Amino acid sequence: MATVNVSNQMCRPFVGTVQVLELEVDTVRALINELERLFPGLGPQLEESMAVAIDGVIVQDTYLEPIGPDSEVFLIPKIAGG
Amino acid sequence: MNYLGKDVQLKVVGTRPIRPDGVEKVNGRAAFGADVAVSGMIHAKVVRSPHAHARIKSIDTSKAEAVKGVSAVITGTDLPDIPSEEAFVGEGPANFREMSHNVIARDKVLYDGHAVAAVAATSAAIAEEAARLVEVEYEVLQHVISVEEAMADGAPVLHDDMFTQGVDPKPTKASNVAKRVEFKLGDSNAAFAKADVIVQRQYKTQPVHQAYIEPHACVVSYNPDGQAQIWCSSQGQFMVRAFCAKLLGMDIASIRVMPMEIGGGFGGKTLVYLEPLALALSKKSGRPVKMVMSREEVFRGSGPTSGGTINVKIGATMNGRIVAAECETILQAGAFPGSPVGPACMTAFACYDLTDVTAFGYDVVSNRPKVAAYRAPGAPISTFAVESAVDELAQKLGMDPGELRLINAAKDETKAAYGPTLKNIGFVETLESAIASQHYTSGLGEAPKGKRRGRGIASGFWFNIGGESSGATYVNEDGTVTVVSGNPDIGGSRASMGMMAAEVLGIEVERVRTVVGDTASVGYSFLTGGSRVTFATGMAVTQSAEEVRDDLCRRAALIWEIDADAVEWRDGHAHPAGENAGKSDPLSLSDIAAKSGRTGGPIAAKSSINAQGAGPGYATHICDVEVDEETGQVAILRYTAVQDVGKAIHPAYVEGQMQGGAVQGIGWALNEEYIYNKDGRLDNPGFLDYRVPVASDLPMIETVLIEVPNPRHPFGAKGVGEVPIVPPMAAVANAISNATGLRMPNLPMSPPHVRAALDAAKA
Repeated sequence: MATVNVSNQMCRPFVGTVQVLELEVDTVRALINELERLFPGLGPQLEESMAVAIDGVIVQDTYLEPIGPDSEVFLIPKIAGG
Repeated sequence: MNYLGKDVQLKVVGTRPIRPDGVEKVNGRAAFGADVAVSGMIHAKVVRSPHAHARIKSIDTSKAEAVKGVSAVITGTDLPDIPSEEAFVGEGPANFREMSHNVIARDKVLYDGHAVAAVAATSAAIAEEAARLVEVEYEVLQHVISVEEAMADGAPVLHDDMFTQGVDPKPTKASNVAKRVEFKLGDSNAAFAKADVIVQRQYKTQPVHQAYIEPHACVVSYNPDGQAQIWCSSQGQFMVRAFCAKLLGMDIASIRVMPMEIGGGFGGKTLVYLEPLALALSKKSGRPVKMVMSREEVFRGSGPTSGGTINVKIGATMNGRIVAAECETILQAGAFPGSPVGPACMTAFACYDLTDVTAFGYDVVSNRPKVAAYRAPGAPISTFAVESAVDELAQKLGMDPGELRLINAAKDETKAAYGPTLKNIGFVETLESAIASQHYTSGLGEAPKGKRRGRGIASGFWFNIGGESSGATYVNEDGTVTVVSGNPDIGGSRASMGMMAAEVLGIEVERVRTVVGDTASVGYSFLTGGSRVTFATGMAVTQSAEEVRDDLCRRAALIWEIDADAVEWRDGHAHPAGENAGKSDPLSLSDIAAKSGRTGGPIAAKSSINAQGAGPGYATHICDVEVDEETGQVAILRYTAVQDVGKAIHPAYVEGQMQGGAVQGIGWALNEEYIYNKDGRLDNPGFLDYRVPVASDLPMIETVLIEVPNPRHPFGAKGVGEVPIVPPMAAVANAISNATGLRMPNLPMSPPHVRAALDAAKA
C-alpha cells in the first residue's frame, strides 16, 4: 500500500491530526477519490491547489500519474515559477 | 517519455549552432509588441493614481471625452464585475476579481500608479493630453509600505474582507496579513538543545523589479462580431487569452493572441496589465487600440517581486553537522495577496539534509504594486538569509564554508525540508565542482590600499515544473522541417526545440525552422515560466518528431513495397533492414517528402502532453569582491556559477541563463531597491535611479555545467532558467563578510549602506 503523507498545513482543516495514511491507490485520480471519501473536501483541495510528490517526483494537474504499491506520496502546495 | 541514456551518440543535442533569432534581434527587425501597427489603429494612455491609498469618490471623464481626436474613455465600470474566483492558471494562484481590480481600480486605489481610467485617441499625444483632463476626486487614506507598517496594530487595512488564512482560530478582525504558511519536519525547537553552536539573525530584502528592457505593449482589435485579436509581448499567449476572456466576459474561442518577440519577462510578464484595457477600449471605440507602457509606468504600475523580513536560526555540532534550523519569512504581496511566501519557505533549507526543521511565513499586503513572479519566486529571498547564516556558522566553527555545505548536503534519498524524498539531484556534484575549481582554490591577490578583498560561496535550489505543452512537426515539400512551439521564446527555446527535432530526424539543424504559434495555430500550452519549456514543450516536440520519423519509415516501406517492420531510420534516411528487406538505396527526407501525396498526404504530427517529473535544479556560486573602504562601493572581481543542468541541449543558451540569473542576483544584492517618499509615491521609477548592473559593471560570469540527467526527459534535460538567481545575494554578502569581517543582513548592500556598516564597526 502507498504511504501517503497529509501533514501539510493545507490538509489540516480536513484531516485534523492525521499525518500519514496507508492507502491502496494506483493513480493520482484514485488518491483524490480515496482522500475525498475519507476526508470530505480534501479531494477538491488536492485537485485544485496541491501537487503530489510520488517517490520524490513532483507531479501536478494530472489524474493519470501512477502510484506504485510501495510508493511514498507527499501532498505539497502547487509549484509555479517565474 | 524515457531517457534515451548516456550511451546514445547525439549529433545535434549538446552542440552550439548559431541562434536562429539572432540576426533579426541584432539588426532591429525582430517584431516586438510595440512594433505592431494595424489599419485604423488608435493609441491609448492610462490614467494612474498619484496616491498610495485612497477611496475614489468620483471620476469625471467629460473633459477628456470632449478633446478632438478622443475615441473612447473607460473606467472600472467598463469592465464586468466578476465574482471572487481562485484558479491556478498563471504563475501561482490567481483571484480573477482581484486581477480585474488590479488592472483597473474600482472603489479604491491601492498604490501609486494604480490604473483608474484609460483614454484612446487618434494619436498618443492626444491620448496623453486627454488623460490629464480626467478628473478623479480622491479621499486620501493613510498608507502602509513595509511589512512592519502593514502588520502593526492600528495599521490601515487595505481590504475589509481579508481575514488571515492558515491560523487557528480564524481571526474575526480584518487585517493586512493574508495568510500564514508552515512546513515542518521533526521538532526543531527541541533539537536546538543538541547544538554546540547557534547562529541567529534577522535579514531584510527590498522589492526589486524584474527590469525587463521591453515595457509592456499590445495592440488589440475587437470586431463588432465579438471576435478579437491581440498582438502582445507576454510569457504566454494562451494565458493572455484566458485572462482577457475572463476579465471581459468573453468566450476563449473569440480571442486570438499572436505572441510577439519578448524583450525579457523573468516572470513579470506572466499576467496582464494593458490587454484587458485595450480590449475594452477597442470594443468601445470600434477601432484597434495600441498601448505601450513608459518605463515610469512599468515601475509604478507593474509588479516587482516581494521584499521581506526573514528571521533565521541554525544550530550545529562542532563537527559541522546542522542539527536544527528555523526560518520565519514575512513577504510583501503588494496591494493584493499572493506573495511567494510558500515557495520561499519550501526552498529555504532545500539544499540540506535535515531531520528537524521548521519554515513558516506570512503573506502581507501593503500599498505597493501587486507583486509578480520573478525567477524562482521567493527562493532568492529566503536563501539569502539561510545561506548567509550557514556562512556565519562556518565562520563560528572555523570551517571552510564549502566543506560545511558538503557535510550537510542534500543528496539522492534525502528527505527534503518541505517533505518528499529527493531523487536524481546533482547538488553534491555542484558543490564538489565549486570547491575543487580553480576559482575557489586560487588566491585573491593583494588588494590596493584602501580596499579589501574577500570570497564568498552560496548554494540554491529551485523545483522546476512541467505542465501542459503542445508542439508540432511538419515536413515541407523539399524535405526541410517546420516545428511549431506553443511557447514564447524567452530563453532560447526555439533553438532547443529545433535541435531536438533535428536529432530525432537525423538531419542538420539548419534544415529545421522553429516558429512560435499563435493561439489558433498550435495546441494549448501553459505559459513560458517555471523553467519548463525545454523540458515540457521539448518533450511534445520530440514526440511529434518521433511520430513523423515513424511515418517516414512507413512511407518508405510503401515506396519499396516491403513490410514497415523492415525499415529503420538512420542519419536522416530510411534504410531497408532485415533479411527480406531487399537492397534498395536509402531514401532521404526530401525523397519521401517529394512523394508525400502518393504515400498518404502531408507528413505532419502534433503532440499535446502534460509533462511531469521536471527534476529540481541546484546551483553553487563563488564570488570575489573588492570593497572600497572610503566609498563603500563593492566591485565584483570574479564570479563563477556551477549548476546541475540535466542535459544542456544548447550549452550557450544554458550558460546565458546562468549568467543572466547571476547578474540579476548581483543587482538585487548590491543596488536595486524601490525608494518611496513619505506620501507613498515612488521616487525612482527609472533606470537612472533604479540601478541595475550593466555590462561594464561586471566581469564575465564563468559557468560550469554539471549534467546529472533527468530520467523523465528523452535527452535528460532539466529546467535551468531560475535557479541561477537563487545563490547570488548570499554569495556576494558572504564575500563582503570575508573581506570586511562584517555581516550585511540588509539588502541592497549599496555604497551608503556598506560605508555606514564600516563606519559603525570603527566607532
